[in-house]
Amino acid sequence: MSAATIVSLPDQATARIPKMNFLSKENGLLSWLLTGDHKRIATLYLISITFFFFIGGALAGLIRLELLTPQSDLMAADTYNKVFSMHGLIMVFFFLVPSVPATIGNFVIPMMVGAKDLALPKINLLSWYLYIVAGGMMLYTMATGGVDTGWTFTTPLSTHYLNTNVISAGLAVFVAGFSSIFTGLNFIVTIHKMRCPGMTWFRLPLFVWSNYAASILMVLGTPVLAITLVLIVLERAVHIGVFDPAMGGDPLLFQHLFWFYSHPAVYIMILPGMGVISEVVSTFSRKRVFGYTAVAFSSVAIAVFGFFVWAHHMFIMGISNYAALVFSLLTMLVAVPSAIKIFNWAFTLYNGSITFETPMLYAFGFMGLFTIGGMTGVFLGATGTDIHLTETYFIVAHFHFVMVGGMLMAFLSGIHFWWPKWTGRMYPEKISQLAALITFIGFNFTFFPQFILGTLGMPRRYAAYPPEFQVLNVFSSAGATILGVGYLLPILYLTWSLKYGEIAGENPWQATGLEWQTQSPPLTENFPEIPIMDHEAYDYEWLERQQRKEVASV
Amino acid sequence: MSDSTATANGVETEVHHEHPSYQRHHFETVAQQFDATNFAMWLFLLTEIMFFGGLFTAYLILRNWYYPAFVEGSHQLSIFWGTANTTVLIISSFTMAMSVWNAQMRRKGGLLLCLVLTFILGLVFLGIKGIEWHEKWVKYHVPGLHYSDQSFRNPASDPEVYAEYHDKSLAPDMASKVEQYFFLYFAMTGMHALHMVIGIAILGFMIVRAKTGAYTSGHYTFVENFGLYWHFVDIIWIFLFPLLYLISRHQ
Repeated sequence: MSAATIVSLPDQATARIPKMNFLSKENGLLSWLLTGDHKRIATLYLISITFFFFIGGALAGLIRLELLTPQSDLMAADTYNKVFSMHGLIMVFFFLVPSVPATIGNFVIPMMVGAKDLALPKINLLSWYLYIVAGGMMLYTMATGGVDTGWTFTTPLSTHYLNTNVISAGLAVFVAGFSSIFTGLNFIVTIHKMRCPGMTWFRLPLFVWSNYAASILMVLGTPVLAITLVLIVLERAVHIGVFDPAMGGDPLLFQHLFWFYSHPAVYIMILPGMGVISEVVSTFSRKRVFGYTAVAFSSVAIAVFGFFVWAHHMFIMGISNYAALVFSLLTMLVAVPSAIKIFNWAFTLYNGSITFETPMLYAFGFMGLFTIGGMTGVFLGATGTDIHLTETYFIVAHFHFVMVGGMLMAFLSGIHFWWPKWTGRMYPEKISQLAALITFIGFNFTFFPQFILGTLGMPRRYAAYPPEFQVLNVFSSAGATILGVGYLLPILYLTWSLKYGEIAGENPWQATGLEWQTQSPPLTENFPEIPIMDHEAYDYEWLERQQRKEVASV
Repeated sequence: MSDSTATANGVETEVHHEHPSYQRHHFETVAQQFDATNFAMWLFLLTEIMFFGGLFTAYLILRNWYYPAFVEGSHQLSIFWGTANTTVLIISSFTMAMSVWNAQMRRKGGLLLCLVLTFILGLVFLGIKGIEWHEKWVKYHVPGLHYSDQSFRNPASDPEVYAEYHDKSLAPDMASKVEQYFFLYFAMTGMHALHMVIGIAILGFMIVRAKTGAYTSGHYTFVENFGLYWHFVDIIWIFLFPLLYLISRHQ
């Protein structure tokens, strides 16, 4: 089984990286800082989000270290509050939200639709600069004492009681929001207006569909977060406002406005990841994605339903029973399109010629962990169980299964999958398979015990806990160490492969997307001439005919 | 900078020379470029609607909670200046629409005139807004900074408004909620004014560019898209004016 592979590389003795490509075209710092090329901006994004991922990861390490013992001994309780708040803020707004769209999406979407660039290259660059400014403000927040509101900025805690850097943290998220709005806006315009001849909506790769759905959420949801943060900042700055009950404000209003963005935000984070999985599962089972249309529409359905479930974050906050009932039912509804995706990927595997390259291993990890994460979401969507489980480690485990087990696995899957296209070189296969395995094992060790801790009643966001919870916490912290190794390995071997990896050639995976029909790394304008799409997405027979034709003409 | 990458490795020089100079390299046709940027502008305005939507929601909820306070707060606004400003803004939307028409018709003189008129009307709007805000400052109605609820606990102490509406005095806890009204008033009109300031700055930039004939050689996309933005800012005001000034006139 391990010998079976679809990887077909050019003869390494004669193969060369194409002289003219987007990386070699211009040199010097300015050619990067002033670039309009979506692939270079994607590269800038990749470097920056990796930086923030490791800051967020280090903070996660501190959290797990503190929770090794029942007492708060490594740090004081309020330091702990700051550490988990910064971990949440950085991971959500500076890693998860931009992770797949701004890096992989930025890199491949124009190629997938057969365009030379995104519709608005300058806006794309602006989005990266906004991200960097926001990131700088967040680092400033952290360096000058941090913020301890949790990533949710809960009022009146954030506007009345705390004495930390709420204003600079809020403004950082505000700016990061605009970076995300511009990315989403650019994708929507590109997907509508820049498709090449023959590229109909139902010939688009599913990665494009899922990023389209996520972009709708970014464009409609993020501005609401922006205005909410403006109101928070004003409330703190002039001590009059609409959220603090002591001043006649309504804290529930804050919750509604905040979760109106922040629930769709979890779909902003997961949908692009689902797109990666569609591409990877199809490529490594050599089959068209089963039920292409259903998978495409399920992305849109998730985006639409995603806007009508926000109050399930507020079941214990005093919303009316009827509202809770309706929102609970609507929440269950989201499980339907998510299940459509999982089942259709499973059916794609059925009777496929499956191979187990690294991207596929991560994709399997995604499917298992996302299913667990999604199912436990149904527990939390049911009002009765939610009242018992909310604000416990159950909820922490639930969203880490979806965000880390789901999105991060999908991100790593996508990075490995498109790495040969991005750099022109292969990553080392064996060690990366090992890394995928380590990540999966480490992940389960870290977060599965937290489900049990949650059902036993351990509340989240405390530095100390009763001693009877220690065994499971030690498990979790030990798992986090393994997970850390799993994340460090890719950084090392991917950097190594930049110089020493094998030459990948145009299409090492024998994949069908338009991005694989051009040189690696691609030209600045992606294709020598604008392609014409004359076949369906994931048409492996077309690819075979194409290759036979090439052999014949040689 | 992205234009400079256009002729990268000579692949597309063959077709390139037929394109007008303002066509960006990554678009196939001018029509595609116009469509794409125009669509992007509409999407951006959609995000703006969601942005202001949060403020309107807050206003709606607090108005329902503190109805008497919001009525008396609203009585403090000058319907005269509000109406004047609405008129100014509607006329500026007309001159903006004429700017777009002039750009399309390639009439440089007309375009310049209309842009300058729009620019001046925008400044007039801000000036009138300044007069209104100044009045609030003088009467201690700036929440958080310069505030007293005297006018609502004892409406007779404010003879001008009292003569017109004969407001009853509010209980102290309700009177204190008028501050919420003024907070929203300043947040909403302030956010609107910020959009006006950005618009006026862009107008200034456009006037300079229009002098060189940049928009009258067939490439009027920028003028058209800016027109959409200007009309949008106008429409926001069309909602703010009745909600803040008119709604409580007869209560």
